[in-house]
Amino acid sequence: MMDGSRYDDGSTDALSGEQKIRNFNINFGPQHPAAHGVLRLVLELDGEIVERCDPHVGLLHRGTEKLMESRTYLQNLPYLDRLDYVAPMNQEHAWCLAIEKMTGTEVPRRGSLIRVLYSEIGRVLNHLMNVCSQAMDVGALTPNLWGFEEREKLMIFYERACGARLHSNYFRPGGVHQDLPDALLDDIEEWALGFPEILDDIETLLTENRVFKQRNVDIAVVDVDTALEHGYSGVMLRSTGLAWDLRRSQPYECYDEFDFKVPVGKNGDCYDRYLMRLAEMRESTNIIRQAIVKLREATGDVMTRGKLSPPKRGEMKTSMEALIHHFKLYTEGFHVPEGEVYACVEAPKGEFGVYIVGDGTNRPYRAKLRAPGYMHLQSLDHITCGHQLADVAAIIGTIDIVFGEIDR
Amino acid sequence: MSEALKELGAHIELKRPDCVLGWDVSFGELNMDVTLGHFTEFVEFLKNDPTCKFSTLVDITAVDHPERPKRFTVVYHLLSMYQNHRIRLRVAIREDEMVPSITSVHPCANWPERETFDMFGIIFTDHPDLRRLLTDYGFRGHPLRKDFPTTGYTEVRYDEVQKRVVYEPVSLPQDYRQFDFMSPWEGAEYILPGDEKGEAK
Repeated sequence: MMDGSRYDDGSTDALSGEQKIRNFNINFGPQHPAAHGVLRLVLELDGEIVERCDPHVGLLHRGTEKLMESRTYLQNLPYLDRLDYVAPMNQEHAWCLAIEKMTGTEVPRRGSLIRVLYSEIGRVLNHLMNVCSQAMDVGALTPNLWGFEEREKLMIFYERACGARLHSNYFRPGGVHQDLPDALLDDIEEWALGFPEILDDIETLLTENRVFKQRNVDIAVVDVDTALEHGYSGVMLRSTGLAWDLRRSQPYECYDEFDFKVPVGKNGDCYDRYLMRLAEMRESTNIIRQAIVKLREATGDVMTRGKLSPPKRGEMKTSMEALIHHFKLYTEGFHVPEGEVYACVEAPKGEFGVYIVGDGTNRPYRAKLRAPGYMHLQSLDHITCGHQLADVAAIIGTIDIVFGEIDR
Repeated sequence: MSEALKELGAHIELKRPDCVLGWDVSFGELNMDVTLGHFTEFVEFLKNDPTCKFSTLVDITAVDHPERPKRFTVVYHLLSMYQNHRIRLRVAIREDEMVPSITSVHPCANWPERETFDMFGIIFTDHPDLRRLLTDYGFRGHPLRKDFPTTGYTEVRYDEVQKRVVYEPVSLPQDYRQFDFMSPWEGAEYILPGDEKGEAK
């Protein structure tokens, strides 16, 4: 069976007298380590060249959008963590921004800075995962081990801020849930000072590595037109040379007061994207350091105290109204005015957006989550056509997909 | 920001009065209600017009309003990276109406349209490959319609005897709990248990 006899039906081409061989269809995934989750690809191969690639997604579909319609705005927040579970807080951010836009809530300065700090930690978490696991996809094991060691440290920062390593539920409409202790800020700063060296170490393993370059240079080249046609955002878009970063072009939170560069690619291939992710990690570390300096000055509340946020614990012990408010907030939840908004953030993978249709009650009438990886994966057929089968793994690595957000 | 959006809205209405039903700027975003006729041409106009230049399709989705005669609202989000602005297009359709696909203008509309078809049952004409996307192979119904129960109709489990995964009707030991926390003083549409006795007197 495996000798290909099934694919050679004995017919010959009348003109050239050559044997005719049908194209080979193979199934890639859903249980494949390079599929980054539960991706199933139906590949049509001509020899080793990919002729057609049909991604079958939805194996991780949990109906998040449907579930959101029957829960209050606050109860829905943890669902956002479970989308892109590599950088959970960036997703929560979009949800909070959407609610704040509808209710017209201002975030206090300290809360805003903490959000920036943790969004950037999320970006480092994501890019570490991506760079290192892509290296593993093309055959290098060590970077993954080194990268995960750093991820572990960052997860501990997550844990120390909100009690959970992964599904943090930390950003809330109106600010963040809890204030950060000073010792945590010191530790994050210490980490941020040492981290560029770790990046240098990872670079010594990969950047000039011959095998790594052979597997990545000139693979999956995208140009500006392709990027726009296929709705790219984030690193995928910037690798084509278009400097579009929502933090810079449509600033949200307090990104406009931070000094950072937006790395842009030149050739638009996998290797460019790898270099850009490394550069973005350096920039994020830079933002983290700036945010910590600002946070030391900005003392104050981390949350707007009002209808959207719970009263302080101490108040609840003495004030009846505060107790009622607490009870109402966690049972009925807050009401959001009628209308529709779209709020987006520059998540590590690209533009993550939340579209909410509110009907004036405590629950969203309809919530749509716009995942960046969805658009990137969609274009897989376009990018992989004409590449070798072995390149598919490198391409899936470079488009940076996580199935939590694609299947929702 | 919203001044510029108002100018943009007026500009589009002036150029394509046949397509635009109305527009408004709310929450700092430009919303535009659009007719179904010439929809593809309209999106193409938005893509190529130098003041609009909506080069990127961000998302396509729909909202279900079962009580309205035009049940579905198909929502398009477009972004211009050149002019740095966004627009939301809304097309209201009846249950039996079809929407022209915009894959010829924006190839990335492919999956979002497939997903909208999957979730709402809205058919996009001239779509190259309108299959289900996110739901199971052989799935029936359109989950994001308001009349589809959150629990669904079937559940799966692995059957030890048959040595395969089997589909069964959903059986829940307890009903899916749709909590209604609306305060009876503001907008609850039900009678609290016990209140009906008061009216009987």
